[in-house]
Amino acid sequence: MARMARLMARMARLPVTARTGLVMLAGFALLAIVGPVIAPDNPSTVDPAVALQGPSAAHLLGTTQSGQDVLSQLLVGGRDTLLLGLAAGAIATALSVAVGVTAGFLAGIADEFLSLLSNIFLVLPALPLLIVVTGELKDRGPLPTAVVISITGWAWGARVLRAQTLSLRGRDYVLAAREAGERAWRIVAFEIIPNEVAIIASSFVFTTLFAILTYVALAFIGLTDVSTWSWGSMLYWAQNGEALQIGAWWWFIPPGLCVALLGMSLALINFGLDELSDPRLRGIAAPGADRGDRRRARRLWRPAAPTPVLYSVPPPDPEPAPEPALEQAPQLTVGGQP
Amino acid sequence: MTGPLLSIEDLRVQYGIGATAVPAVRGVSMHLNPGEIVGLAGESGCGKSTLAYGACRLLPPPGLITGGQVIYRGRRAAGQAVDLLAATPGQLRELRWSEISIVFQSAMHSLNPVLSVRAQLNDVLVAHTGLRRAARESRARELLDLVGIPAGRLASYPHELSGGMRQRVMIAMALALEPEVVIMDEPTTALDVVVQRAILEQVAALQQEFGFAVLFITHDLSLLLEMADRIAIMYAGRIVEEASAAAIRSSPAHPYTRALLGSFPALRGPQRELAGIGGSPPDPRRLPPGCPFEPRCSAAIGRCQHERPALAYRSGSGRRAACLLTSGPVTSGPVTSEASTSEPVTTPPVTTPSLATEPGSER
Repeated sequence: MARMARLMARMARLPVTARTGLVMLAGFALLAIVGPVIAPDNPSTVDPAVALQGPSAAHLLGTTQSGQDVLSQLLVGGRDTLLLGLAAGAIATALSVAVGVTAGFLAGIADEFLSLLSNIFLVLPALPLLIVVTGELKDRGPLPTAVVISITGWAWGARVLRAQTLSLRGRDYVLAAREAGERAWRIVAFEIIPNEVAIIASSFVFTTLFAILTYVALAFIGLTDVSTWSWGSMLYWAQNGEALQIGAWWWFIPPGLCVALLGMSLALINFGLDELSDPRLRGIAAPGADRGDRRRARRLWRPAAPTPVLYSVPPPDPEPAPEPALEQAPQLTVGGQP
Repeated sequence: MTGPLLSIEDLRVQYGIGATAVPAVRGVSMHLNPGEIVGLAGESGCGKSTLAYGACRLLPPPGLITGGQVIYRGRRAAGQAVDLLAATPGQLRELRWSEISIVFQSAMHSLNPVLSVRAQLNDVLVAHTGLRRAARESRARELLDLVGIPAGRLASYPHELSGGMRQRVMIAMALALEPEVVIMDEPTTALDVVVQRAILEQVAALQQEFGFAVLFITHDLSLLLEMADRIAIMYAGRIVEEASAAAIRSSPAHPYTRALLGSFPALRGPQRELAGIGGSPPDPRRLPPGCPFEPRCSAAIGRCQHERPALAYRSGSGRRAACLLTSGPVTSGPVTSEASTSEPVTTPPVTTPSLATEPGSER
């Protein structure tokens, strides 16, 4: 709990990009939770009387070719898109941690084998493979799709984690833990993985983004269950109804924009995660410094430049003036040589 | 050459900016004459490294220089004084290493583990000289020879060298361009005393040969007593005493210097009891209102609690100390020695009330 509170406090000090990303993602999460409840219509209800109408008071985002309410589809479809993305991201990250950390920690033949495995998955072209595999699936619901997507998406993370683990396993504190008799799983779980949280988190966010985009792409070409509503299947039906050709912008822009914004929020979060987990990126201005100080600090310090000189800064605590009577010689002379 | 080679005037350095900034160096003035070895000693966190790196403008963020001047009057500056604090990055780049070089504390981390010694020595020569490949090679051999490493180790990688050899490589690198000032930041801290001795003798011999000035940073005062011409003692971001090594050894004027001297055994002379310094250095953000050393000082008198002593020259002696007890004319000598030896003079509870009154009197 205290950890959570600290995290929240830290979030308040995040750079603007990361905070924007988190707020946007929170908005989408809220949409996914309450969307189906607040949707004005059943998204599947066909009503030819109102087919293909632009935005109006009755249908805020207009209707599709068969008179379905676009807003309702958008609200209902958000949940599916987001859940699938997060599920696939979680599965893929778990896979990459398991494979990458094991390979890096065990080294030797196990490493060779696991590296070969991830290399194979890296060079497999993801989308064609997905098309083939999902084409063969009997149940094209969200969960099987999530599993298939994560199988193609875990290898990048595994490579990165393997490299990081290789570097960490030779560090003194890992050797010390081994010397202290800690068991291998404990060393991995308590000495190595905590040092990789930043990479794992960013790989999770990145894989989630990949999963969402892939899911939308698969749905768009009709390879998922297009009878359930997701932003991808909305685009599929819009494409099917030639929305672009007949100029029904309200049909394809809302789902497309939502996918783009969701992707943007995840990308922004990824920028922020770096800073959140690396204390060296965080604390240029001392903790507790106010906004103005942090802004000044950002302008003042460039990592590779010479130490800045700023004469206008008042000393942090006012110095009592030294007694002039005690000064018997100027502060700087060639004092060493009488 | 007239005047000091490098003079630091009222240098102020802090970490961070705003209300939470930590002032690490609070107005330090000192100088380095040509061919002189000046020692800078003090406890961890007293600002000695910050002072040296700040003066060269090498402090990484959030280091910030907020006042002072660092005047360099070097050979290649042709009699012209350069204020390092006003120098452009380009000017600094030219000065660094060719004029002012640094031997860093940890040779283990300062040498790139994936480059051979040859490549790393070469880098310096390529960056600052127009030497051709063959000339660079022979210069690199010569440099290794200077520090007592067989030239055959040029192809070695840092992990193939011992700690002492790595430190020697660092010294060779620092001397590669025949600088006028070499800053040595605890160059022997990680080494055992035998290797330490050998390396310091080498440094002293090289210094004799080439005549560069050395600013030697260490917390090991005993080492400075042997090595340095002049010693500055720092405490809580200020110099509290500066004098020749002989004067520091024979008649330290500041109680802190005396306490430091009392904390290691003398090699010669009668055995005496070793004494540590109680307590720990003050929080640089909240110094006591009076003398910063007062809470730990065994010789403190009432005035010390609210009067901050200035670093004053004692008349005619060329040495200075920041202590109320000794800042008067030279005649205060016997008084101080008495105060340091006889316990009854000090009032033991002095520390507690001063700590208790500190926040109230500060703000």
